[in-house]
Amino acid sequence: MSQATKTPPAPVSSPADHDSPKPPLWAVIVKWAALALVVIAAFYLATRLADEGYTLYIVILAFVVMAVLAVYSTRRNIPMKYLLPGLILLLGLQVWPIIMTVSTAFTNGQTITKSETIAAIERNSVQEVQGSPRYNLSIAVKEGDDVATGKLFFLLTGPDGALKVGDEKGLSDLPADGVVKTDSGKITKAPGYTILNARQVNDRKDLATFAVPTGDGTGIKAVGLSAAFEGRATITYDEASDTLKNTVTGQVYVVKDARFVPKDGQGQAFPQKWKENVGFKNFQTILTDASIRAGFLKIFSWNLAFAALSVITTFILGMLLALLFNDERLKGKGFYRALLVLPYAIPTFVTSLLWKSMFNQDYGLINSLTHLDVDWLGNAWAAKAAILITNLWLGFPYMFLITTGALQSIPSDVREAAKIDGAGPARTLRSIIMPLLLVAVGPLLIASFAFNFNNFSLIYLLTGGGPFDSSNTSIGNTDLLITYAFRLAFSGTSPNYGLAAAVSILIFFIVAIMSYAGFRRTAALEEVN
Amino acid sequence: MSTESTSVTDAPSAVSPPRSTSAKNPARRRSGGSVWWRHGLGIVALIWALFPILFLISAAFNPAGTLNSAELIPKSFSLTNFDTLFNDPARPFTTWFKNSMLVAFIGASGQVFIGACAAYAFSRMRFKGRRAGLLSLLLLQMFPAVLTFVALYLMFAKISDIVPAFGLNTVLGLGLVYLGGAMGANVWLLKGYFDTVPRELDEAAKVDGASHARIFFTMILRLTMPILVTTFMISFIGLFSEFLLASIFLQDVNSQTVGVGLYSMSIGNEANRLFGQFAAGALLCSIPVVAIYLAVQKQIVGGLTTGSVK
Repeated sequence: MSQATKTPPAPVSSPADHDSPKPPLWAVIVKWAALALVVIAAFYLATRLADEGYTLYIVILAFVVMAVLAVYSTRRNIPMKYLLPGLILLLGLQVWPIIMTVSTAFTNGQTITKSETIAAIERNSVQEVQGSPRYNLSIAVKEGDDVATGKLFFLLTGPDGALKVGDEKGLSDLPADGVVKTDSGKITKAPGYTILNARQVNDRKDLATFAVPTGDGTGIKAVGLSAAFEGRATITYDEASDTLKNTVTGQVYVVKDARFVPKDGQGQAFPQKWKENVGFKNFQTILTDASIRAGFLKIFSWNLAFAALSVITTFILGMLLALLFNDERLKGKGFYRALLVLPYAIPTFVTSLLWKSMFNQDYGLINSLTHLDVDWLGNAWAAKAAILITNLWLGFPYMFLITTGALQSIPSDVREAAKIDGAGPARTLRSIIMPLLLVAVGPLLIASFAFNFNNFSLIYLLTGGGPFDSSNTSIGNTDLLITYAFRLAFSGTSPNYGLAAAVSILIFFIVAIMSYAGFRRTAALEEVN
Repeated sequence: MSTESTSVTDAPSAVSPPRSTSAKNPARRRSGGSVWWRHGLGIVALIWALFPILFLISAAFNPAGTLNSAELIPKSFSLTNFDTLFNDPARPFTTWFKNSMLVAFIGASGQVFIGACAAYAFSRMRFKGRRAGLLSLLLLQMFPAVLTFVALYLMFAKISDIVPAFGLNTVLGLGLVYLGGAMGANVWLLKGYFDTVPRELDEAAKVDGASHARIFFTMILRLTMPILVTTFMISFIGLFSEFLLASIFLQDVNSQTVGVGLYSMSIGNEANRLFGQFAAGALLCSIPVVAIYLAVQKQIVGGLTTGSVK
């Protein structure tokens, strides 16, 4: 206990600490009420965590609550009072996911553990025990839960009329208060539960593997919509030999590649896989697997070209426009500027989807205005051009704004000096304006490069990474590394979270190395005082 | 040449002479016609910048409402698309819009408040780990939050089991994710502004018996209101337009944000038929963002350039 109160770093006492004034009463009440709320919320969370069996997280939660109490209930640690909320969120939602990403990159990317897999297989194999009772069944979720994703509950009426409720943990009695049954005994209403209708039940694909455990190897499974039986698992796990055995057929399954496969090679393996550490295998796959490596290099080079060309084209157009309007005699500059920044102000998803429609081969505006018949989104090179054009449109106002700002900050005596020395307009631009401009906007160009390097929404919404070659349907012609990682994780039948996380980490290193140059140029690091 | 010209805000281009002498300068007359080609090119630039927007507006008001009937210059005007947009039970635009507003509001206000708290501590207090803290926040920003999407997804899949109110498919859950980077995102910008508020004001208040909390809530927050409003609006725009995390968190049609919803309208076989409806929705959700943007444009440009132009 005393350890925990020391967790926040002890601050160097500031002069106000010892004789700080008494706060008003209402502030004290609000403060303690807020602290009480935190404790209550944490208590609720802890019970929920305990229900789900996440013991480790209860310990972490306890540490967080103690840190909160230590910081806010005493009058010490004033800086921490202002930093703690942000710090907790930062650690929980940014640092922790980074750690998880790194650790996922070294696994096969499965999410369930081996014992959960075994339990699921055993539950799944339940077959009706001869002479065991039949129940009337209603399938429900907790009131307030989503019927499509909420945790399943079986509301059962036994042959003797006893009411039971079962979930994946086991069976318990259902209080009879407020329960409404049909004549046949099927429960139609129970307080605290939402009973699913036939369509909702059909949508629950997880029902096939759901069973309520009732004891040693036995469990209750649904047959159809309104009946359930008690059955016995036909597959059992033998811990000593780490094998599964089908007690009916005698088939033995052994562990291979994080799943159970038949020992003799006959028949089907179980589809469930569990989480397993694979070391550097994911990284090795990216670097050595012939098809992935070739695709990865292809994506990487397009990714670099896309980011570089995006920055160059938007910068050139933005700079030319800034120079164009950078003339004091020009009337209506404010009007031009307000209209020119509109493309930048519109949400990116609108821009991308709008241009996607405009690039439509048959009905799109671009083809009809130019009288071309280019398959913009279906041809590899045309799609790349389409992306660069779209990004030019939505990115040039930013460059226009920053170069306008930078041009205005170039002192005019520098220009005058150049003029006195006999430099013409072109020479002044090339030798005076451009170098000063690049020094000023250089870091922003690097930041823009880093941003475009991971410009997920543009690519995903405009081309979806496609078009895809028929020879390799997993790697598109306009894929960025990030859209590729996204596809690895969230589409297709077998999500590969491990490989996706490994690609994320590679992206990080690439971006970090490239940003390093940018950070070295900015004075930000030296400015901390 | 007079020194006055250094204060000219709209710095002249290389060819133009300083303002003070321009009236009688022969160079002015020599390049006097040059303004017109600037206008000419400016109009070309405007056409380039505005034709997609014109197309969007004309498609939104196009009575036929399909992509193949959409044209750059509208021939007729009708509100059919808006009518369909608001009365399509399969695509609840108003719900999407509300979700987007809500998640952007939660995220942006949380980001600003947490950022302001952190900036206050970093700007006004001296404590162990202050410099290291500031630098690590800067370094953490280098790891783009989107790269952790796999871990965030897996994490919130678990949270869905524990506290469904903050899990996947909830606006609250997504708002919470957006708060992860709250402290790092704006703290440098805010700290810079906080530093410009004279410390003497704090000292005076302290002598008068104000506590640190009172100084923060009643004084500092008020004095820094302009930057807080600007930061809020920038965050709001950013979160309103965020797509990646929104698309993996919000699968259920009623929990989606407007970006995810509009995307679902633009894919598949119905994209052509739904184009008018899409354009109407896209137009409606662009309006608040553009309005906010134009309102804070000056500050955004200031924020973009102050860091570098020194």
